[in-house]
Amino acid sequence: MSDKILVSTRKGLFHVARKSGAWGIDHVDFLGDNVSLTLSDPRSGKSYAALDHGHFGVKLHRSTDAGWEEIAAPVYPKKPEGLEEKDMWGRELQWSTARIWSFAAGGADEPGVIWCGTQPGGLFRSTNHGDSWEIIGALWHHPLRGKWMGGGADLPGLHSICVDPRDSKHVTIAVSTGGVWFTGDGGESWSQRGEGMRADHWPPEQMHDPIAQDVHCLVQCLGAPQRFWIQHHNGIFVSSDGARNFTEITGVAPSVFGFPVVVHPREPDTAWFVPEIKDEKRIPRDGELVVNRTRDGGRTFQTLTKGLPQSHAYDVVYRHALALDAGGERLAFGSTTGGLWVSETQGDSWTCVSHTLPPVYAVRFV
Amino acid sequence: MASVNFTPNIQRHVACPATQARGSTVREVLENVFAENPPARSYVLDDQGGLRKHMTIFVDGRAINDRTRLSDPVGLASTIYVFQALSGG
Repeated sequence: MSDKILVSTRKGLFHVARKSGAWGIDHVDFLGDNVSLTLSDPRSGKSYAALDHGHFGVKLHRSTDAGWEEIAAPVYPKKPEGLEEKDMWGRELQWSTARIWSFAAGGADEPGVIWCGTQPGGLFRSTNHGDSWEIIGALWHHPLRGKWMGGGADLPGLHSICVDPRDSKHVTIAVSTGGVWFTGDGGESWSQRGEGMRADHWPPEQMHDPIAQDVHCLVQCLGAPQRFWIQHHNGIFVSSDGARNFTEITGVAPSVFGFPVVVHPREPDTAWFVPEIKDEKRIPRDGELVVNRTRDGGRTFQTLTKGLPQSHAYDVVYRHALALDAGGERLAFGSTTGGLWVSETQGDSWTCVSHTLPPVYAVRFV
Repeated sequence: MASVNFTPNIQRHVACPATQARGSTVREVLENVFAENPPARSYVLDDQGGLRKHMTIFVDGRAINDRTRLSDPVGLASTIYVFQALSGG
């Protein structure tokens, strides 16, 4: 079980630790700076922190024995002279890292490999622990990539990267919006997956098109890698065939809308969600902050409330702000209104670590 | 040589001391500055080598026109200021 959590916020990286049985803020790095995401690589023991300095761009830092060092950030290739590429608003699409929006460690057989997803949709890979990065050209230059669009953000965001524990060259990613994509050869070629999802904000002709899907978060069960869960703009979807086909889970109270999902590392039928009123409001229903858990593959859900605010709570939990530890016992999540909660009982009860943090973008166990 | 000065706000992230550099355009001057101070480059220029969206550069008191190629001329005794705009924070 993990005793440490990295909490990425609008105003710094908060190190949260369990000491003498109680969770608290241990210290803060990059105080005042916008930290969008972290990765803790269990193979090397290194952590990575993505910072967005606004005027000065997106930067990447790697932990050292003495603190942090700035390392190379992913850089897009030179845009071909004369190429005109517009975003969904008709503006010139900038080939430039606007945000680091996903990380994944490579497989055990690829010790230096780290994957990094970005806005406006580029996927990058480092083979040397982040010393340098290369864009995955086969995906960036894929003829269908031009159909990706912003979902919530102005630019397409590659937010989920799942490296198959059985084969490190099998990688499944998800894009908001652009659906689910798969490579079976380490990124040399890509194909669309994700049949069965439904985008009801589109006309009937596009509603079921896999590339039109606004996947909010995609996760893969490490112990049963054929099982994927998706929190989608239109609800909850589950796949039992390696993300080829998804089935919609309906009738979940208080809502099927949300951003994050986590799946138990050994129990593919067990997953957690943070439901909210759909996109017309994006707040917890009736001001009650809850976590939903299924233990039977989505047939039934328990709505978990113990220790969570049940009156006038307006916390939104972003897609990277719900975390499950490697043991599958401890959960943590942070909110846009600065709340941070931890559960040591798979969500049965929660403890508030703070309700005065800056807006929380991401929560990760170390 | 042109004199080059950077916004104080950038110094918190990366050291950019005032310096002098040769060049007849903003691009040439900055490339010479970044050759001596490589970490500073990505704080000022984007992935395509253009000026970052919310940055601005003044040459002898005038904002540059060419934010993409940085082709605005620079004189032998010019003074260049690299600033951040107030937008986009």
